[in-house]
Amino acid sequence: MLEAITDHYNYWLVIFLLMAGLFVTMTSGNLVKKIVGLNVFQTAVFLFYISVGKLEGGTAPILTGEPEQFSNPLPHVLILTAIVVGVATTALGLALVVRIRETYGSIEEARLQEADRQDELRAAAEQGR
Amino acid sequence: MRHHLVLRVVSKLLIPFMLLFALYVQFHGDFGPGGGFQAGVIFAAAFILYALVFGIDHAREVLPERVLRYLVPAGLALYTLTGFAGIVLGGKYLDYDVLGSTPTAGQHLGILLVEFGVGVTVSAVMVTVFFAYAGRTRDVDEEDW
Amino acid sequence: MAFLDHVAILQVAVPLLAAPLCVMLPGRHLPWALTLSVSWFTLICSVVLLSEVSAGGSIAYHLGNWPPPIGIEYRVDAINALVLLVVSGISAIALPYARTSVEHEIEPDKHGLFYTAYLLCLTGLLGVTITGDAFNIFVFLEISSLSTYVLVATGARLDRRALSAAYTYLVLGTVGATFFVLGVGLLYMVTGTLNLADLAERLPPLAESRVVQAAFAFVVAGMGLKLALFPLHAWLPNAYAYAPSLVTVFLAATATKVSVYVLLRFVYTVFGHEFAFIEPVLAWLVLPLAVIAMLAGSVVAIHQDNLKRMFAWSSIAQIGYMMLGLALANASGLTATVLHLFNHALMKGALFMALGGVMLRIGAVSLTSVRGLAREMPWTFAALVIGGLGLIGVPGTVGFVSKWYLILAAIEKGWWLLALLIAAASLLAVIYVWKLVEAAYLQPAPQDRERVRDMPPDMLIPLWVLALANIWFGVDAGLTTSVAGTVVHAFLGGGS
Repeated sequence: MLEAITDHYNYWLVIFLLMAGLFVTMTSGNLVKKIVGLNVFQTAVFLFYISVGKLEGGTAPILTGEPEQFSNPLPHVLILTAIVVGVATTALGLALVVRIRETYGSIEEARLQEADRQDELRAAAEQGR
Repeated sequence: MRHHLVLRVVSKLLIPFMLLFALYVQFHGDFGPGGGFQAGVIFAAAFILYALVFGIDHAREVLPERVLRYLVPAGLALYTLTGFAGIVLGGKYLDYDVLGSTPTAGQHLGILLVEFGVGVTVSAVMVTVFFAYAGRTRDVDEEDW
Repeated sequence: MAFLDHVAILQVAVPLLAAPLCVMLPGRHLPWALTLSVSWFTLICSVVLLSEVSAGGSIAYHLGNWPPPIGIEYRVDAINALVLLVVSGISAIALPYARTSVEHEIEPDKHGLFYTAYLLCLTGLLGVTITGDAFNIFVFLEISSLSTYVLVATGARLDRRALSAAYTYLVLGTVGATFFVLGVGLLYMVTGTLNLADLAERLPPLAESRVVQAAFAFVVAGMGLKLALFPLHAWLPNAYAYAPSLVTVFLAATATKVSVYVLLRFVYTVFGHEFAFIEPVLAWLVLPLAVIAMLAGSVVAIHQDNLKRMFAWSSIAQIGYMMLGLALANASGLTATVLHLFNHALMKGALFMALGGVMLRIGAVSLTSVRGLAREMPWTFAALVIGGLGLIGVPGTVGFVSKWYLILAAIEKGWWLLALLIAAASLLAVIYVWKLVEAAYLQPAPQDRERVRDMPPDMLIPLWVLALANIWFGVDAGLTTSVAGTVVHAFLGGGS
């Protein structure tokens, strides 16, 4: 049992980070904290890919002419792309938060929903007259 | 910016080497570890350090936003055009073999061009993102540091 | 000929090249003209591709001349050629409409950036559809999603709720994409390949592997979020309701369809429906959710005042139909899904275009604000009614064809209750469409509203092209059903 945990510690770490990230994303009422949770969530997947590609005792995949064991470079390259996607998502998400703060005056989800509801009521009242 | 003498002196010393290192990572990417993503970020980090220490207005003088607006798409355009060059020269899209006189030379050239495109776009995007956020509030007062 | 050899890559690379060029173009008309011509170019490409593969073959294109599974391969067969046609076709029809609409809804100095985001979204959707590489799907999916968030947020000029809608969409969309990429990672771990065709070959011996089963779960959950399968639909209504008209037209008609395509591809090509663990998932999870989506989406739609949101909820119900066909996993069900992919794009494209015209003229799209408007905008509302009849599934419209196959599929399985539920969901559609008809045709116009003219012709003509297509493909379903037949044949491997 203990071996199942220690031998695959990278997976346990990934599972923990996934859950933690998703939990923060779903439960936090603060828009910036949600983005942070999303980042942790994505990072868990990056770690998953990288740890899968790593070979114990393997070297960097640079061909020197001698036969040697090297780690699989492909997951790392894929994750480079995924990291860029993650950075873009974070930047865009934070940009939206800045705009939301400027128009709504708050970054708390509950306050936004309240403001949206007020908007709805006001619009209905205007059309109903 | 009269105080923070240490910061200013150290940054002035560091920034040229950061830029140089970024260029090394950029153009050594076809031989060893490196490439456009990493180089672009290092290059942008030098600018961001400059903006942090000397103020965002000075940084804008060095790299105005209207230039950045063209640099971001220019890198992407260079990447796609390299791809199209493969088609025009009789290969497939992004086929580097046909770019040079020999396939090896073509691969070198193709990787360099694509990575340069990536580097330009990444560094321009990084600086743009920094300017976009930092530019929305006034600089922090000297006393509040 | 050179063009024919490279048509598969040109389909994606041309919009990708046009996007950076579009940023550099000055003014408002040049970016629009560039986007228009690129859209038409992609339409030509997809027509060429569809005519090449409609007989049942497939086209492969190896990027950078690297053979798969090392390199990325683009592979076109009947199903993705059809989805390519939907995406590029809707874009080509929507762009002439866009000029007036966008001028009205987007800040004048932002047009270049707006069309750039649109082009990137187009690139992403076409890329997801055409690529034969699992990780490449993720990359293109994120290209289209990120630009979609931007496009939705541009609606903030008219209604600030577009910002919170875009934010919710961003969080949920990213969670969905991350689930998907986690599933792809698990598949790569056990098979060592990312090429879809290669995966399909290597997976059957691994059917008992728990890693493969987990991968399937992650892919389904991720795509379920992206395609707004009930109960993962929370992002959709507000995103559609507050986005600019052009964006709503394009998204409602294409974005979810592309995700449905990816799910079809994974369930039927990559994994294969005969996998022992997939059948119960389809029958006990996807099917009930699809039925709930169908009914709940329609019921909520009835209670909406904002018409854009009403049809957004109706989209959730219609996605339920598509997923139902997918979950039934027989020939008629799959035919219904593939047909509904195409047909629903036509219906929702026409409906949201008409609403965009209403938005242009009276600045609001609620049931109360359109009272009596049909007399002033007869053409717009006639098209709305045609689209609405399609949603109900009246014979002679496209909606009838796909629902017919769906009910057939349920009856073939002997599930009469399900057939009844499908019919009941159509009756619910009657109610919300009638509410719109009643308001627009039967109620008097409010006194204080100024009389308006119908939409300008450059918006009306694209709308009617789509509206007539709704009738054309409803009356003469030969072309679409033959393509759907080819697709289903490929998916089910000839049998059943």
